Amino acid sequence: MAQTGTDRVKRGMAEMQKGGVIMDVVNAEQAKIAEEAGAVAVMALERVPSDIRAAGGVARMADLTIVEEVLKTVSIPVMAKARIGHFVEARLLESMGVDYIDESEVLTPADEVYHIDKSTFTVPFVCGARNLGEALRRVGEGASMLRTKGEPGTGNIVEAVRHMRMMQSQIRKVTGMSRDELMTEAKELGAPFELLLQIHETGKLPVVNFAAGGVATPADAALMMHLGSDGVFVGSGIFKSSNPAKFAKAIVQATTHFEDYALIAELSKDLGSPMTGIEISKLAAHERMQERGW
Amino acid sequence: MAGKTKVGVLALQGAVREHMQIMEQLGVEPIAVKTKEQLEGISGLIIPGGESTAIGKLLRQYDLRGPILDLHAEGKPIMGTCAGLILIAKHIQENDEAHLPLLDVTVQRNAFGRQVDSFEADLPIKGVAEDFQAVFIRAPLITRVGEEVEVLSTVRDQVVAVKQNNLLGISFHPELTEDTRFHAYFLHMVQDKIEKQP
Repeated sequence: MAQTGTDRVKRGMAEMQKGGVIMDVVNAEQAKIAEEAGAVAVMALERVPSDIRAAGGVARMADLTIVEEVLKTVSIPVMAKARIGHFVEARLLESMGVDYIDESEVLTPADEVYHIDKSTFTVPFVCGARNLGEALRRVGEGASMLRTKGEPGTGNIVEAVRHMRMMQSQIRKVTGMSRDELMTEAKELGAPFELLLQIHETGKLPVVNFAAGGVATPADAALMMHLGSDGVFVGSGIFKSSNPAKFAKAIVQATTHFEDYALIAELSKDLGSPMTGIEISKLAAHERMQERGW
Repeated sequence: MAGKTKVGVLALQGAVREHMQIMEQLGVEPIAVKTKEQLEGISGLIIPGGESTAIGKLLRQYDLRGPILDLHAEGKPIMGTCAGLILIAKHIQENDEAHLPLLDVTVQRNAFGRQVDSFEADLPIKGVAEDFQAVFIRAPLITRVGEEVEVLSTVRDQVVAVKQNNLLGISFHPELTEDTRFHAYFLHMVQDKIEKQP
């Protein structure tokens, strides 16, 4: 019997994205540029994170006409964002045939206590995390893919680095622990015990983990790959740069060949200027998107 | 012969790690191939699942097409899974240009629909297994097969696995399960070829 929506099928979809770049796009034209540059998927949005920051107010799921337009335009997978806890937005996106849903802190949360029960969906979900506990809570809810939260829309890689280093170091710690220490560690991390046990035994996360939130240059993408990311999301970094097509292509190549420094140096010449960055300490507490999600 | 048999896994993007792990499990040395130099000394090549458009672009940017076609000309077996099948197909529906025109078939991309239509099913595969757990993810279908192409498996009466001399093309992902029988079948082709060499 053929079965749809199994863990293997949902997680497997993310496995196919490994080593690739997923790009934020706000219309069909940008989606075309992303596909042409070699993106493995596009994230259809109404505004990129830096514009969401600038606009303020409540950020919701994208206008569905944009999502539809992008679905029709490209043959690579299309992702879209739903607000944290807004399972109806997620159901609408699923019904339209979106390939992956990002339950995202970039949008204004719809629920300040609960995330979406992602295990009940046929469509797979990706969620952001800052540490292992948060990552495993999301997997426990049914997320089939993870990403760092970073600090979206800043063009500043420091938070994504912090989150990736934190997760990797916590994975190493759990792997090296003795089995009888795991329950207390699960309590400390706020992580499901069974998933922690799985990491203890396999030495790795049960799902793919990408970098996101602040990637602005080819070197940023390569840095995140070195730190153990399975791939890279680029939000504002491409279409807020001075030459999107060139930046997109360079970031794709730097992600694939992250160990080839001479190549990345070559790719980084004559690129034009990256997006304008924001110093994280200049953000007020309420402006930090990474604090959203529980 | 000195040393272990080496099998390359094209490592530009996609499910590279899984194929490498299975190769290791089956006792051969996997080589991650990102450059043409890394194709030297391998006895077979796996082209993994991923995004065929992305991998196709990277193949061109790094001049890997010629050397892979040469590898085939030397008679070294090549297996393409999912995106890998698209990459080695002679014809791709609604696409003017093939990537590595080797396997005499026409493929249709995303033939089952979008991700919500992705599925797993137990399939009989000729010469491999009666009950292979096959995982289809935004999978392609083989809509035409050439005269020299042997059909190994079908799902809903449509072709999902074929063999043509030293080429294997499959729509699904044998690397996503614990079942190594399909990889063993491919390795058998690789070993056969090595033994036949003078």
